[in-house]
Amino acid sequence: MKSRFIPLLMTFIVFAAMYLFAYSRFSSFGSMRIVGNLLRDNAYWGIAAIGMTFVIISGGIDLSVGSVIAFTGVFCALMIGRNGWEPIPTFIVMLTIGTIFGATMGMLIHYFKIPPFIATLSGLFLARGMAYVLSTDSIRIDHPFYESVSKIVYIFPDKGRFTFAAGAFLIVLFIGIFVAHFTRFGRNVYAVGGNSDAALLLGVPIGRTTVMIYALSSFLATLAGIILSLSKQSGDSTIAVGLELDVIAAVVIGGTLLTGGVGYIIGTFIAVMTLGTIQTYLTLDGSLTPWWIKIVIGVLLFSFVGLQKLLSSRRGLRLFNFGREHNEVQQSA
Amino acid sequence: MNVEGQQANPAKSGLEGIKTLAISVSSSRLFWTGLALFIILLVDLMISPNFFEIRLVNDRLVGSIVNILDNSAPYALLAIGMTLVIATKGIDLSVGAVMAICAAVAVTLIKQYEAGATEFYYQPGFVILITIGVGAICGLWNGILIAFLNLQPIIATLILMVAGRGVAQLITNGQSPTFTNDTLAFIGRGVVWGVPFPIYIAFVVLIFVTLLVRRTALGLLIESVGVNDRASYYAGIQANAIKVFVYVLSGVCAAIAGMIVAGEVKSADPHKAGLFSELDAILAVVIGGTSLLGGRFYLFLSVMGVLIIQSMLAGLYVSTLHPTTNLVVKAVVVLAVLLLQSPEFRRFISQPFGKLSRRRR
Repeated sequence: MKSRFIPLLMTFIVFAAMYLFAYSRFSSFGSMRIVGNLLRDNAYWGIAAIGMTFVIISGGIDLSVGSVIAFTGVFCALMIGRNGWEPIPTFIVMLTIGTIFGATMGMLIHYFKIPPFIATLSGLFLARGMAYVLSTDSIRIDHPFYESVSKIVYIFPDKGRFTFAAGAFLIVLFIGIFVAHFTRFGRNVYAVGGNSDAALLLGVPIGRTTVMIYALSSFLATLAGIILSLSKQSGDSTIAVGLELDVIAAVVIGGTLLTGGVGYIIGTFIAVMTLGTIQTYLTLDGSLTPWWIKIVIGVLLFSFVGLQKLLSSRRGLRLFNFGREHNEVQQSA
Repeated sequence: MNVEGQQANPAKSGLEGIKTLAISVSSSRLFWTGLALFIILLVDLMISPNFFEIRLVNDRLVGSIVNILDNSAPYALLAIGMTLVIATKGIDLSVGAVMAICAAVAVTLIKQYEAGATEFYYQPGFVILITIGVGAICGLWNGILIAFLNLQPIIATLILMVAGRGVAQLITNGQSPTFTNDTLAFIGRGVVWGVPFPIYIAFVVLIFVTLLVRRTALGLLIESVGVNDRASYYAGIQANAIKVFVYVLSGVCAAIAGMIVAGEVKSADPHKAGLFSELDAILAVVIGGTSLLGGRFYLFLSVMGVLIIQSMLAGLYVSTLHPTTNLVVKAVVVLAVLLLQSPEFRRFISQPFGKLSRRRR
């Protein structure tokens, strides 16, 4: 097996162990009910995490996703719920706004050399601020379209519900995997993250790729906002505060290196499911107080980066007798 | 140290001399940061004509400028620690969470004292020392992860950022405890000679750290580690010790900032205390011209960056704009300041005067 799959395998093992542990305590984890709910509840931030994976593989970071999700929700609620727009055109307008927003951040990063951290931090303030400007209170959406979307559901024999949000999540996941590994754009993303100087010399269009990466991330965050709006049937400017941290944590737990160049979309998916499982377990258990989830995420993060470090260190190399690309990435960073 | 380039080539005379001076002034970081602060204060003055008015009410100076300085104090402390961290090519995302932990520790201990606990370590003075110690331990944890386990700073401090708020809630048991003790409250809301006490704290720490890094070789070593830690190590610099030191200092600064915030409201809110303050601190450092890629750092300019952000917020409060627009204005102003400082952007704008900008290279 190739060494670059080791972090991915570890992510999967932790997920499996966590899930089995949860199953041993609550047998409902064996039903499609919990699986369906896991996919549904984590769909929106999972979609944002897939976008973030591209950004982090390219060596950047996008802090604006939580705010973009909130802005999208408020925009949709305001336009559909209050101004009587049709949902589909509203979504198209919103996705366009989101994509332009991301592309603008990409341009600031590439052409004016503003660090990604800072450029997307301004994006965080701007999107959240615009959401507040649109509305500070929660707006309900009553629209037949929303009703019909909530009825799109596949019901498993054991009453497990495979909802529209879950389906959208899986579709985005498959498209994400395809784009990352089977398109020129995907290769360019890895090249820029691995070594942008070398990529430039090889003729990779760095500027265009960077702009497209941030546009993609904001596009997916907007899509995530729409999915959340569809399932909540309302818009609120205070949702998803600090969500970007969970998203980044999931991407890192999924085996993507923050130095760029290494990572898998599927790893992010498994990590999102892992965090979702912990959340569900803590909710079912009830005896553990809610702040434990933060501590558990912290501990998980620590173990994963520790593991990645071990794999990329010299001793880890001898231990497994492979793992060269990790080392190269570290040196180029 | 921060005004290098301004005195360059003073001997040249005539038009050429003025041109050289203009170029060297415009390439100085102090110039662009100072210009940004000046413009923002000017806008503030236009919004409210008595913006700079300061009155003495109940032996306390009152006015927008005093408020700006008072509100800046905790952020200035964070920015001082953050500047040194960023100078070593690191970043400390955990300062907000450390503020929350330290506020929780201080208030929990002081409540024991108020409840009549007589052990010496519940005395207010010791509580303050213990809190600073807790901040140092948080910084030590970050530093060890980064220096000895070789983790990337952004990930290593993300761990404490995510887990830290959980720890703070664990300490206060999910509550927001309040206290009445005057000693701890004084840190946040005391007044000495008419000036709020936090301003003194920030000022003393700024002077102390500046002297520490500029009057000893420490500043040079920090910059050296930031430019190339491996080369610094081969040159005989204890790169790991330097890294641990800057994170510990950042943790201590966050602890003091946490006590200021707790003292101001006489309570510790594990959810809200210091929320997003790490982002504001990093922003201030970048506005002050310290590169996230490490190397040269500018302590005084970082504090100026904090003042820029706070002056902007103060202007918003006195303006007739609805409070919901605060974040939008903040984003726009921050972007404008960052673009103003980006050489690429200035070159982009000054295309018609391409001759001047080409000569600068």
